[in-house]
Amino acid sequence: MLAHVITAARTLIWRDLLLALRRRSDIATALLFFIIVSSLFPLGVGAEPNLLRAIAPGVIWVAALLSSMLSLGRLFAGDYADGTLEQLMLGAAPLGVVVAAKSFAHWVVSGLPLVLMAPVIALQYDVAAPLYGVLALSLLLGTPVLSIIGAIGAALTLGLRGGGVLLSLLVLPLYVPVLILGAGAVDMAAAGLSPAGQLELLAAMLIVAAAFAPWAAAAALRISAE
Amino acid sequence: MLEAGELECERGGRTLFRGVSFTLASGELLRLAGPNGSGKTSLLRILCGLLTPSQGEVRWRGVPIRRLAEEYSRQLVYLGHASAVKDDLTPCENLEVACRLMGSPQPKEALGSALSALAVPDLPVRKLSQGQRRRAALARLLVAQGVPLWLLDEPFAALDAGAIAYTEGLIARQLEAGGSVVYTTHQPAAIDTSARVIDLAAH
Repeated sequence: MLAHVITAARTLIWRDLLLALRRRSDIATALLFFIIVSSLFPLGVGAEPNLLRAIAPGVIWVAALLSSMLSLGRLFAGDYADGTLEQLMLGAAPLGVVVAAKSFAHWVVSGLPLVLMAPVIALQYDVAAPLYGVLALSLLLGTPVLSIIGAIGAALTLGLRGGGVLLSLLVLPLYVPVLILGAGAVDMAAAGLSPAGQLELLAAMLIVAAAFAPWAAAAALRISAE
Repeated sequence: MLEAGELECERGGRTLFRGVSFTLASGELLRLAGPNGSGKTSLLRILCGLLTPSQGEVRWRGVPIRRLAEEYSRQLVYLGHASAVKDDLTPCENLEVACRLMGSPQPKEALGSALSALAVPDLPVRKLSQGQRRRAALARLLVAQGVPLWLLDEPFAALDAGAIAYTEGLIARQLEAGGSVVYTTHQPAAIDTSARVIDLAAH
């Protein structure tokens, strides 16, 4: 029984990554969106180093939220359209595990590149080098939460007309705590204080979200697919 | 094996059918008939647990399928309207993924021979014709021998005469092995004569 579940989860992660690899443009769009949005601010606000340093964590985190949301619509839409979702619902693994596996694959494709790219973006904002690690770590803990919580929204809006806009209205408010903690961690470090509190809270959110959100998304999927 | 008791289905405020009851023994073939929109697909989806009936329940070996959940889904193969194959994967990759998700991984050779039996070329699915896609989906039946219940929604759609005969052979073999098959079709097929019929237009 457990072996079935593990096989199914591994297969699904492998399949989603393989699909992403065969359609690399999808990864590139989300990453380029992140780079462009976060590069617009220095151009718009002006090259005042102190101001840029102050807004850097918030801007980078907001750009990460938007970029992660951009690809959420595709999380279940493809499987829904070609009938694979029905097969997943009838598979050997509980649907919550299926959702968790798909969210993980979504994070690898849309969240992990942001974590790796963030220090390069931070360079534009003249962020002090020791903060790169804190920024990347906050994104590493925070972006998986975005993918997992976003899965609930993606499941609820599946198959709706204009679902994309509705999805952002549903999901963005839920992202607020992650944004506050993530950007706050970098701010704390910039002020010379320890960011451990924020990072630990982010880690706690990740654990709670990973344990419960997939089941909520699974229930939403069952309703959407009926 | 499969019992349906007083099933009623409501879609969009309209009752599609009510009072559908039957029992399906092992080795039995059941055809769901009725005009377009009479609820054949809905009934199949109810039977596999994707859709909740507004009244009545489905039981598998005496136990309601709601209670069995994944344990029940492992006992069945559902071939839906959509082919459930990914455009960017090859038929072999598709089949491998489908088998693993069903909880019955198969060796590569078995998958390859199933696909070559159905004459599906090893190209990404997006390059295949409609009929070849359907064949790629049907390959799941070949590797699902031993799964007791098959639920097939329009298995013969888009297939040529040869592939239809081949699929009918598969169904016959499944019945001989003691499995049961429920299917819908709009094309008259040779196996129709041996099938029990439930006409949804009458419910």
